[in-house]
Amino acid sequence: MRWQVPATIALAALALAAPLLVPNDYVMGVIARICLYSLLALGLNIVVGFAGLLDLGYVAFFGIGSYVYAFLASPHFGIHLPFIVILPIIVAVTALSGILIGAPTLRLRGDYLAIVTLGFGEITYLLLVNLDRPIDITGGPSGLISIDPPSLAGFVATRNSEYYYLFLTALGLALLVSARLRDSRIGWAWQAIREDELAAHVMGINTTVAKLQAFAIGAAFAGIAGALLASWQHSVFPANFLFQESINILAMVILGGVGNLLGVILGATIIVALPEVFRELALYRLLVFGLLLMVLMIFRPQGLLPVARQNARQAVVPVPPPASDAKEGTAP
Amino acid sequence: MSDILSILPQQLVFGIALGTVYGLIALGYTMVYGVLFMINFAHGEVFMIGAYIGWGVLAALLDAKVGGLNPIWVLPLLLAPAMLCTGGLGMLIERLAYRPLYVRGATRLGPLISAVGASIFLQNAVMLTQGARMKVYMTNFLFPRTWRFSIFGTSISALLIVMVGVAGAMMWGLHVLVQRSTLGRSIRAVAEDREMAAIMGVNVGQVIGTTFFLGSALGGAAGVLIGLYYTQIDFFMGYSAGLKAFTAAVLGGIGNIRGAMLGGLVLGVTESLAVTFINPAFKDLVAFALLILTLVFRPEGLLGETLPDWKKV
Amino acid sequence: MLKLTDVVTYYGPIPALKGVTLEVNTGEIVCLLGGNASGKSTTMKTILGIVRPHSGTVEFEGKRLDGLATGEIVRRGISLVPEARRVFGRMTVWENLAMGSFIRRKEPASEIDQDIERVYTLFPRLRERAAQYAGTLSGGEQQMLAIGRALMARPRLLLMDEPSMGLSPAFVDQVFDIIQTINRQGTTILVVEQNAAVALSIASRGYVLQNGQIAVQDSAAALLAADDIRRAYLGEDQA
Repeated sequence: MRWQVPATIALAALALAAPLLVPNDYVMGVIARICLYSLLALGLNIVVGFAGLLDLGYVAFFGIGSYVYAFLASPHFGIHLPFIVILPIIVAVTALSGILIGAPTLRLRGDYLAIVTLGFGEITYLLLVNLDRPIDITGGPSGLISIDPPSLAGFVATRNSEYYYLFLTALGLALLVSARLRDSRIGWAWQAIREDELAAHVMGINTTVAKLQAFAIGAAFAGIAGALLASWQHSVFPANFLFQESINILAMVILGGVGNLLGVILGATIIVALPEVFRELALYRLLVFGLLLMVLMIFRPQGLLPVARQNARQAVVPVPPPASDAKEGTAP
Repeated sequence: MSDILSILPQQLVFGIALGTVYGLIALGYTMVYGVLFMINFAHGEVFMIGAYIGWGVLAALLDAKVGGLNPIWVLPLLLAPAMLCTGGLGMLIERLAYRPLYVRGATRLGPLISAVGASIFLQNAVMLTQGARMKVYMTNFLFPRTWRFSIFGTSISALLIVMVGVAGAMMWGLHVLVQRSTLGRSIRAVAEDREMAAIMGVNVGQVIGTTFFLGSALGGAAGVLIGLYYTQIDFFMGYSAGLKAFTAAVLGGIGNIRGAMLGGLVLGVTESLAVTFINPAFKDLVAFALLILTLVFRPEGLLGETLPDWKKV
Repeated sequence: MLKLTDVVTYYGPIPALKGVTLEVNTGEIVCLLGGNASGKSTTMKTILGIVRPHSGTVEFEGKRLDGLATGEIVRRGISLVPEARRVFGRMTVWENLAMGSFIRRKEPASEIDQDIERVYTLFPRLRERAAQYAGTLSGGEQQMLAIGRALMARPRLLLMDEPSMGLSPAFVDQVFDIIQTINRQGTTILVVEQNAAVALSIASRGYVLQNGQIAVQDSAAALLAADDIRRAYLGEDQA
């Protein structure tokens, strides 16, 4: 879509100037959180949007990234590695967990894959909550605290705006990587798998490797987001990583437009910002979510910003010619 | 070790009872999967709503200080509205959240996402209207704790026996309905070859609706039974029960009615026995582990899954 | 009895039938011939209401069929023996036949039982296998079951979609003998076939469908004799 390039540039400019335009630190924090969740949404977009794998347990990678950061940068184990060193470790660990979680799902159809990934998400949560006995690994329900903030060459982040720039950088990189992947050979493989896995397989695409790559890369994005969260909050709790959060992120992807990078960021923006705007309706948030998902699927499955039709890419829920048991046959 | 052995029979009995209830819920998943090849993610919530309805009736009876509460007439009074309402709710969900999506594409993500949405919506609707705190079934007014039997060194409450009896009877009833009646045949026909069934004159939409009604009603009944037994219910109970029942359905072979019953039993017993050996906090892991093992090593389940022939769906 | 007038049917954006006109009179056996993708199956689906025509009319016994639901069309007396049999493999032979009479389920059981008896008389093999799962039957037996199942609805018009497909030549003869018997017992039949020779051997008239249009229509004898038909559909060296 032609307006996307100038829009992106305008957005980028706005984004860089944000701390100057924002009224107070709290709003800055909200914007920082939008960046964080955009990062998550981009990661899930790779798994769901590009490769067509409905991961309902995505929050697990978020949690793993967070906790690994906590392990390596807090008094809990007494390790205090520098931020720069931890990041690659987290990428490696979460990517690996992505592969481990994805591996059993390789032969499964969409519904089953969703449930199994959900199961893994739940398992992760249970482990986070319960692995504080007999040895205290995860800190149990009360989590871990006093986590180090990110620091680089002596400069320690303190204000929300500083965190914001950090998150923005991560988001920018994620966008670049996503765009590159989408247009690369892997991206095409993912698209083929999403449309018709059997056909893709028969064409010679190694679906196993491609799917595992999707899981790993998506997980890595979440892992980084987790590290960012942990270093920002200075704490991690299992309650940060419930199933609802997986749905949260999924809603961002679907609302914004599955497969569309800007759309996904838009979705994240809306879903993070809206509860801030409608504070009094906070209780109804999930209720509205559920309704939103249903309504979206029925009326606009491709989301707010559908994927461009060039190169015949389609949304997660394509609308092909109706199945033969429908009443077709009216004029084209 | 000896104390483990001594509680084993008790756990076994309990596992069987739990298993029949899991089976009852699992039937809902399996039946819907049989006709639509989709997982009704919102099924766990109808189970939860059934529990709430049963609670409501019981609480009303107790509030009205109705004397002479005997399970013989109270139990049907709890079950009937729960089953009717949840059955109707199931049909409604199908109508609103799934039916508009059938015509779309080969990817089944649309209905699944809609199902997830429906599930979340229902959970929160109940939370907002009934409160986030749990409700308590005053079961002991109905089934005094003294009503117990001692068999083979285990102490079994009358409630447990009733639970197994009711669940078993319902499953049997469903089995007979599906195998012997015209309605049952039309359900099986639709499950096997929807277009052909339509050519035979079957109203496919109606059959699907009926399937949802039956499956959901059974789920609602399970909710009442679980509510009576565990006495505590909350708006979140459908989530974990749903996942476990789904596991049971897969374990037995999804789409297969006898499979659901068997899967429920296996899961109930396994979970019960496992809890004696591992940390009870990890109880839910047993179900997940079983699910993952089944899907990796025997995806068609114990009694064989009914695979979709995509041409006919 | 059955009349299609200028029927145009689309499959998505593609016109599968481009103005088909044909007639089947009561008591006849009419065959619809044509190669692959000529529109034979689409014609069947249009008649049955599985697919709605874009324009043109389908009339049965004087009343319009196009636009009606399949169930209603079946209720009015039309039954289909589908391509590739499509019996319900996970149900027994008896259950398949019972499903066939679904449209008449409000009638007394004795009537249905009578019809099952009639089917068993027509196809003794099915009686032997009444309790067997249809999926375990041989191709020929499934064909018999598919025909029997369609008969259970007591149709006045029986549509048959490529009944010879996948059957051995001996079996094909058997099946077409039975089709003749059914016709003699009072059922009008419209057969869609690629195997023109055997179809024309029992039909009184035939239509040849090509690219969604009727290319030729004539009496069966004339079609059998016609040179170009013979070459195209019966094979050069067919005597």
